[in-house]
Parts: sequence; structure tokens; C-alpha cells
Amino acid sequence: MNLKLFSVASFLMVALVFNPAWAQEAPEVDRSATGGAQTLEDIMARQKQLEVDESFRSENLGDPASAPPIRDELGTLGGRSDADVWRGIRYNELDPETQVRGPAVDVLIQDEGMPWLEFREGPLINYGGGAIIGFLVLLVIFYFVRGKIRIEGGPSGKKIERFKAIERFGHWLLAGSFIALALTGLLTLMGRSFLIPVIGHEAFSTLAIGSKWIHNNIAWSFMLGLVLTFCMWVVHNIPNKLDWQWLKAGGGIFSDSHPSAKKFNAGQKIIFWTVMILGVSVSLSGLSLLFPFQLPMFADTFGFINSILGTDFPTALAPHEEMQYANTWHSIVAFLMMLAIIAHIYIGSVGMEGAFDAMGNGQVDLEWARQHHDLWVEEVQARQGKGESS
Amino acid sequence: MKVMIAGFVAALVIAFLAPVILDQFGWSTAEQYSSESVRLD
Repeated sequence: MNLKLFSVASFLMVALVFNPAWAQEAPEVDRSATGGAQTLEDIMARQKQLEVDESFRSENLGDPASAPPIRDELGTLGGRSDADVWRGIRYNELDPETQVRGPAVDVLIQDEGMPWLEFREGPLINYGGGAIIGFLVLLVIFYFVRGKIRIEGGPSGKKIERFKAIERFGHWLLAGSFIALALTGLLTLMGRSFLIPVIGHEAFSTLAIGSKWIHNNIAWSFMLGLVLTFCMWVVHNIPNKLDWQWLKAGGGIFSDSHPSAKKFNAGQKIIFWTVMILGVSVSLSGLSLLFPFQLPMFADTFGFINSILGTDFPTALAPHEEMQYANTWHSIVAFLMMLAIIAHIYIGSVGMEGAFDAMGNGQVDLEWARQHHDLWVEEVQARQGKGESS
Repeated sequence: MKVMIAGFVAALVIAFLAPVILDQFGWSTAEQYSSESVRLD
């Protein structure tokens, strides 16, 4: 039997068994006893995830045309009872007005609040936190198995300038602000679940307020650092054939080989583009959160994705839904960045002898440079031979 | 190491300046959530 056909048939069978909503519609309900209002059968059908025809509620919005005169009993309601009005709001059939001024104040009900909260307090914390802890454990194991990558033959004692002061400044501006953002972000996401039981509500409140202040304001340093490092290093991070050779050799991490590299090797380029792409994405969603309701971007993004992939992401989003999507995306991207940066910190500190000097004081051992960036050393020495600076 | 500390200090300086500058341009929460007829000072 055709294996693909069998797989599709199996999938459909399993889907039908586990998703009763596909297979069943709710039976007709007699609502004469409630005067057309909801019955227990309706509630039970929804709980069983059956397909319920909601028109008996969504179209039951009162009758303004035959409203009693304004001075009569209930005349001020304009032909709609409170329940009619709230049903209208619930099904987005009314256009509420308010005297309160401010962004999104006319949104009274939006459906996605609870799914967002449940995702944030469940899978986001579990998978995000689990990934970080798991990755740290893997790195510790890797360190004990592989050990520190040493300078073969030991350091030469001669130094070569790896990064100028302005390059190191941009790096540390970005790095310092990222670490502050990561820690305060984790505190904001997980503190409620893990810290309140330990330190109590009052202590956590102080910590959360301080954490929010740091997160909101140091974000600007992160964005500035991102722009600075992009401008300084993008030229050196354009992929080329050499990177493929470097990747095929595993960067020499799993062996004692030293694949050739210019100023940045393929591993560093991967970190660079990861930080740039995810950094821009996390900044955009962060700006959307910093200026609530002013920078909605998910409805348009979903529309764009739908037009290309033919998907069916929602494009009519309430302002609060935009914020919820921004918050969820911000957290997911931040977790990915944290994983990349943990790997970067490892290889730039305990993982490799002599690596930290590049960003510490800018001067690296010549032998280290020859082993990890041989072509770059040749370029620098050639330029120095011509009397140019590095 | 001096440059590293300078980077961290710069990040903090920007963090302290950011809310002051945003307030100057009318981006405080109070201003964003009130109409022109509300006196905030």
C-alpha cells in the first residue's frame, strides 16, 4: 500500500477520534422553556466542545426600533436590556462609546486574555526555563568532556590588537544591557511563580518595580549597542566560502584542527546574525510593549504571512491582543537570544584560553590569533607593513 | 577592562536619561492617558 496515503489516512482517523468537534455538531436544542435564552444543554454542548450555533445569542440584541418613549418605564435603555447590550459587546455587534480618553479604552471584552495568560504561565516558563537550564547542563558536561580549548604550544607572549576601544565599547554596551534585560525579563516572567513563595509579596513587589524600571529604560542602551555593533562589524560578517570550510571542520571545537578564518569565523558570524536578527525583532516587539497600543504590528505581520503562505492567522486583533502577541513573541525571541548568548559567553570565557582578552583589553596573544584567525593576522601584518593601522 | 566598565556605565547613564527625555517629548504615561483638558502639573 502507498505509504503516504496510509499516513494521511491514519492521521485523519486519529484526528477524528481525538477531535470530536470535527465530527459532531450539537443536537438541536428546544429553548421554548427559557423564552429563547440559553439552556443547560447549550452550556453542556460547549463544554463537550461540540459545534454550537451561537446565532440565538449573537442576534438577540434587543429591539431599539420599538423602544418605549424616553419618559416611560425602561425608556432610557433604548430598547435594549443590559443583557442585550453585553451580548452585543460580546459578539462585537455594538460600537461602544466612552467619555474616557486614552488608547484602547473602548475595548470592553477581548477573548484572548486567558489563553495568553495560560501560555505565559505554562509552556513559556516551562519550555523557556527548561531550555536554559538544559543548555547550561549540556555546557558543563561539554566542558568536562572537551576541556578548555588551549593555545597549541602555549602563548607566544607577543600581542596583537584584536578590537579597538570603540568596538569593545559597543560590545560591552550591548552585552551589559542584554544581561540586565535578560535577568530582569526572567524576573518579570518567572518571579510571580518562583520568588513570591520564597521571599513574599512585599519583597517581590519592590524587586519587580525595580526590575521593570531597569528593563524599560536600559532597553535603549541595548538598541544603541545593536546599531553600533552592526555598523562596525557587518562588513566582516558577510558569509563567504571560507565559512563552509570552517563549519565542515566543526570550527576545530571537536578536534585539534584550526580551520582558517578572517576577522570573524563562521561561528562568530552565526552569533552576529543571530544577535542582529533576533535583536531587531526583540527591539520591535519591545517598543510595541513600551508604548502600549501605539505600535501594533501583529495584524499586519499576520496578514503578510497569510498572503505568502496561505495560512489563516487572525488579522482582526483587538489592541490588547496585539499587546499579548507582542509580549509572547518578545519572550520567545528573548529565550532564543539567551541560549545563543550563553554559548557565546562560554566560548569567550572558560571555553577557550585567551579568548576573553579580545574584549577584555583588546590585545590577544599572536599565537592565539594565528590559530583561530590566521587570515586576519596576515591582513593586519600586511597593512602594518605598509604603515597602516590595524 | 576600562572600556568594559565604560560600556556598563554608559548603559546606566542612558537608562537614567531615557525617562527624562521621553517625558520632555510628552511620552509620559500620564500624558498619554489624559486629554488636553487635564492639567498634570
